[in-house]
Amino acid sequence: MLQLNQIHKIFNEGSPDEKIAIDDINLSLKAGDFVTVIGSNGAGKSTLMNIISGGLFPDVGEVFISGKNVTNMTEYKRSKMIGRVFQDPMAGTAPSMTIEENLAMAYSRNKTRTLKRGVTHKRRDYFREVLETLHLGLENRLSAKVGLLSGGERQALSLLMATFTEPAILLLDEHTAALDPSRAELITNITKEIVERYKLTTLMVTHNMQQAIDLGNRLIMMDKGQIILEVDEEQKQHLTIEGLLEEFKRIRGNQMVSDRAILS
Amino acid sequence: MERMISLFTAIFGSFEAGIIYAIMALGVYLSFRILDFPDLTVDGSFVTGGAIASVMIMGGVNPYVATVAALFAGFLAGCMTGLLHTFGKINNLLSGILMMIALYSINLRIMGRPNISMLNTETAFTKVEDLFEKTGIDTFLNNLLTALGLGDSLPETWGILIMMIIVTFVIKIITDWFLQTEIGLAIRATGDNKRMIRSFSANTNLLTILGLGLSNAFVAFSGALIAQQGGFADVGMGIGMIVIGLASVIIGEALFGTKTIVRTTLAVIGGSIIYRIVVTMALRIEFLDPGDMKLITAIIVIIALTMPKILERSREKKRKAHRKAERPVSFNVAADEEGTKHAAIKSDS
Repeated sequence: MLQLNQIHKIFNEGSPDEKIAIDDINLSLKAGDFVTVIGSNGAGKSTLMNIISGGLFPDVGEVFISGKNVTNMTEYKRSKMIGRVFQDPMAGTAPSMTIEENLAMAYSRNKTRTLKRGVTHKRRDYFREVLETLHLGLENRLSAKVGLLSGGERQALSLLMATFTEPAILLLDEHTAALDPSRAELITNITKEIVERYKLTTLMVTHNMQQAIDLGNRLIMMDKGQIILEVDEEQKQHLTIEGLLEEFKRIRGNQMVSDRAILS
Repeated sequence: MERMISLFTAIFGSFEAGIIYAIMALGVYLSFRILDFPDLTVDGSFVTGGAIASVMIMGGVNPYVATVAALFAGFLAGCMTGLLHTFGKINNLLSGILMMIALYSINLRIMGRPNISMLNTETAFTKVEDLFEKTGIDTFLNNLLTALGLGDSLPETWGILIMMIIVTFVIKIITDWFLQTEIGLAIRATGDNKRMIRSFSANTNLLTILGLGLSNAFVAFSGALIAQQGGFADVGMGIGMIVIGLASVIIGEALFGTKTIVRTTLAVIGGSIIYRIVVTMALRIEFLDPGDMKLITAIIVIIALTMPKILERSREKKRKAHRKAERPVSFNVAADEEGTKHAAIKSDS
């Protein structure tokens, strides 16, 4: 479904601030794979996400989605195939527009936008139906502006909008990190449910090790632009936080630097 | 006292001008509010509309065709600004200013001279005026006014006002409809959250260009109509137009609300008319003359922008004072004591 071949990305090349963000990464996701990505700050997780989504282009290497080479495809074209949820709950929705209008825009993702009405009666019924699956009562607030929703509600809506057109790839970029623990848990559960329902091929970045262990069938750990650990389906079932930290220490010869990752 | 024309005629004139300028204000609403793009092209494209229409009309082209041609010229001007911003990656304010300056020369080229008079020439409005006179609608409405005791100074024609109410409302309805379509929703999201709509496969560059094109099409259309109403086009007729547009949008939104798109576009039209009435009233003050109009406009916009915040603050103060008064007595005593202490310190120093 998703294939990354020998991706290289350097920031500020030739200047004193030169930084190798992604160093020769190869990654392949089969249809239905749910891969969680962990790593300390600056490990290159977000850069990797941006290279897949088209926000950044790799210096070397190729990106394939559903067997199609999308390496040089612009972000908006590529996003026909990619659903994304951002860390900031404000980022995934248009606050001054209503819930149904937001859903209508997401609904047009893989179609050509026309001069037909965005929110029709038929669509409204459908939106109500999919909103019910969130169990947040949003189905009764279709014409409320999204700016009035709480962070958790907005993130749940973003998640639904990113997924209900069944994209080839779902990218989750620390999408629960900005929420309080109970909301984060709610979004985590909804994520699990949605990914299973649509059988989405998913790549999820997280700082929360427990979440990385609980969700998905595979796990990768990144550090300094490289994938330093890949845990497959079978190994992942016996994985613990202590085990992961131990593994990191063994590979890198020092403690994992992110306090945030350990504490969470 | 010669400046004292009948109040009714003055207000009538404000309505007539306001409803034509409302189309320009709707254009400014599209760029300023919907796209969140402060587009200064307006000062230039308004004149472009007037220039194209007047040159074509003087060249013998049907005035309706000339007005539509002006609309398309404005669309092109707006698209150019959009291209500068999206593909040229020039800051939005600067792209508008650059286009405005460029249009000044282009408008002079189109007109061939700084102003064109269209007096005694058939325009879109003279046609309508004739029609109204022939059918006797003017006489009927003026008789009605005389019967109401307003017969001292009657408007020459009702044609322009009634035709423009229809035209402006047709444009309003088209705008409302357009902003609800799939493309319209994407344009609104481009102004609201670019990153989000790009992640839903919308080409935000193209949408920005399209939005600015439409915005300036409205502006140029309005310019073409104003030129025909006044009977002349002048290369300086667009100076400060963006501020007038903003004034209309802000006044309208403040007075009539922004709950839905349909309501907001109506508010913008209302704002445009009210702006004209305010300016007309201001100009009736003895010591002000027409040259002060831009200053009055600036002051109106400043008041419209600052008043809501000042009102909010004073309301908040009142609310707090109210709360304080409702608190238990012991608190008040403590506060009073503190107050006297401060006073004592003050008197010492």
